[in-house]
Amino acid sequence: MKLQLMPPGRGDVLTVTSWLAPIVWEGTFDSAVIDGIYKPLNVTIATTVFAVGKYITYLKDFLESAEKHYMVGYNINYYIFTDQPENIPAVTLAAGRSLWSLRVPAFNRWQEISLQRMSFIRKAIEEQIRKEASFIFCLDVDMRFDNHWGAEALGNLVAVIHPWFYQASRDSFPYERRPESLAYVHADEGDFYYGGAVFGGLIDEVYKLTGTCEEHLVIDKGKDIEAVWQEESHLNWYFIYNKPTKLLSMEYLWSDEKVKITELKVVRLSTIKKNLAAVRPN
Amino acid sequence: MRFFSSLYPLAFIMVSGVIALFYVSHTTLTSWFRRDVCFSQPSITFVELPSEMHMSERVQYKQPSVLHGRSDVASVTPWLAPIVWKDTYDPVVFDHIYKNRNLTIATTVFAVGKYILFMHDFLETAEKYFMVGFNVHYYIFTDNPKAVPEVKFSPGRVKTIIEVPGSKRWQEISSRRMEMIQKTIEEHIKDEADYIFCLDVDTKFYDYWGPESLGTLVACLHPGYYEQQRESFPYERRSASTAYIPNNEGDYYYGGAVIGGLVGEVHKVAKTCRENLELDASKSIEAAWQEESHLNRYFLYNKPTKVLSPEYLWQDFKAKTKEIRTIRFSQVIKNYAEVRPNQ
Repeated sequence: MKLQLMPPGRGDVLTVTSWLAPIVWEGTFDSAVIDGIYKPLNVTIATTVFAVGKYITYLKDFLESAEKHYMVGYNINYYIFTDQPENIPAVTLAAGRSLWSLRVPAFNRWQEISLQRMSFIRKAIEEQIRKEASFIFCLDVDMRFDNHWGAEALGNLVAVIHPWFYQASRDSFPYERRPESLAYVHADEGDFYYGGAVFGGLIDEVYKLTGTCEEHLVIDKGKDIEAVWQEESHLNWYFIYNKPTKLLSMEYLWSDEKVKITELKVVRLSTIKKNLAAVRPN
Repeated sequence: MRFFSSLYPLAFIMVSGVIALFYVSHTTLTSWFRRDVCFSQPSITFVELPSEMHMSERVQYKQPSVLHGRSDVASVTPWLAPIVWKDTYDPVVFDHIYKNRNLTIATTVFAVGKYILFMHDFLETAEKYFMVGFNVHYYIFTDNPKAVPEVKFSPGRVKTIIEVPGSKRWQEISSRRMEMIQKTIEEHIKDEADYIFCLDVDTKFYDYWGPESLGTLVACLHPGYYEQQRESFPYERRSASTAYIPNNEGDYYYGGAVIGGLVGEVHKVAKTCRENLELDASKSIEAAWQEESHLNRYFLYNKPTKVLSPEYLWQDFKAKTKEIRTIRFSQVIKNYAEVRPNQ
């Protein structure tokens, strides 16, 4: 990749935040340089995914496409949280990649699964993951990798810009707007609306994040309040006060239901269009 | 026969011992070689230590846009380190994140021989523009401590004067800086400061230089080369030097007048460059731009986590270009014959 300062590789999009965290787009990074930095460190990247109830049907495509595109050449530990470990599909994993299953209960409400994820991830980091990996990404399962999604995403604390709200003004972001909730965000606050389907970073940082979100979720529950987008609301609150050190552009989380925009040179990971009634318990 | 059979274990031990000796000496030799001689391709490192971008309360500032930023310059390097230009960051956010962390920023400056004349303007303008509101500890290296001017400091800002020998050659002063910085970090700075900047003295501040410049390992684009391609960078091009960079390598040309970062990181820079300068000296090689050549070599293999644009290191004699929206720190015009001890 040719190094150029003027004009920049990408002049059509924001490539650094107002607190100087890079925003990762195609054309801003050189994979050879990135791999030259990270591969010799021989890091292991933990990757959590929840496949509860009917969502287990997404796991095969998720894993197969991940093997093709996600952190290729790096050591990956997949941690599959599921109520049906016996239904985890057999997928051939490349060298240096392994899979662990962690049992969770089946829930009657899909919102429950979403609310409990922070707690399960935090526990798993404490009990197992921190001994086995240095970075972690927490991903949704109903997604498919279509293109390279690599080590350029690694950082201390990483968030992704939500594909549905990148053009909205902050007062129309779907933050939690009731002051009674700990996820409350005022109309004049907020940088970007981040997607709950992808977040990650150093183990310590994600441990702090999941711990705080879990705490807030519990306190809210004690007051009988459920934030409008469950953990995603709490995540967004957290990222205002603990700014991510790296943002992933919408290339790293798109949606099959969205028409591609010119600024999106490549779609790397996409949420699958689904019949919600068919897959959700409620 | 019994005599011979008792020799077998002994022979086994001896042979194993010899093999072990060869193995150990080989590995220690190669690791010693790699540590002291930065010739063959060492691994590229990029260390980003956890630094919390934490806000403790609500702060009002304008919402950023995903699709609009500065379109005239690159604001990230190919390894995704930010390049700091005016209008790429929000000073309100930065002040808020950093001001409550009670940080101390060490600032080294060398004023040897006639260069002491630049000290007054440097300090006076630093007090106005450099890390305003932060604790700053200036370390002034000079062969003429009595001539260090009295400049009024704001609260939280102090100076320490360290006497160093003068030299008949300015190139030598430049080369010895790394050794002094290394030693002073080991003996004082590591216990006194969180971040450090090593700045040239023949320069003045003209605009704010704040916490947007802080990072794990910080380098600055040299104002004379940011518009050029790597083949024209004045890297050291003789392969006999430890600062050697071949024509098809290199990211940017960084200025030796500004080095920054966490104290531990800059210590590594100073130590490595010093060792390489000494190795070159033992072979009677002086790199094209002395320590700046060695610094550029270091930053090629240990990529900065943040790069400052030429706003942070300009030259008074250079006309401002359209990409440069402000000049924060600039080298004054000087008569070399007057200030240097030699040509």
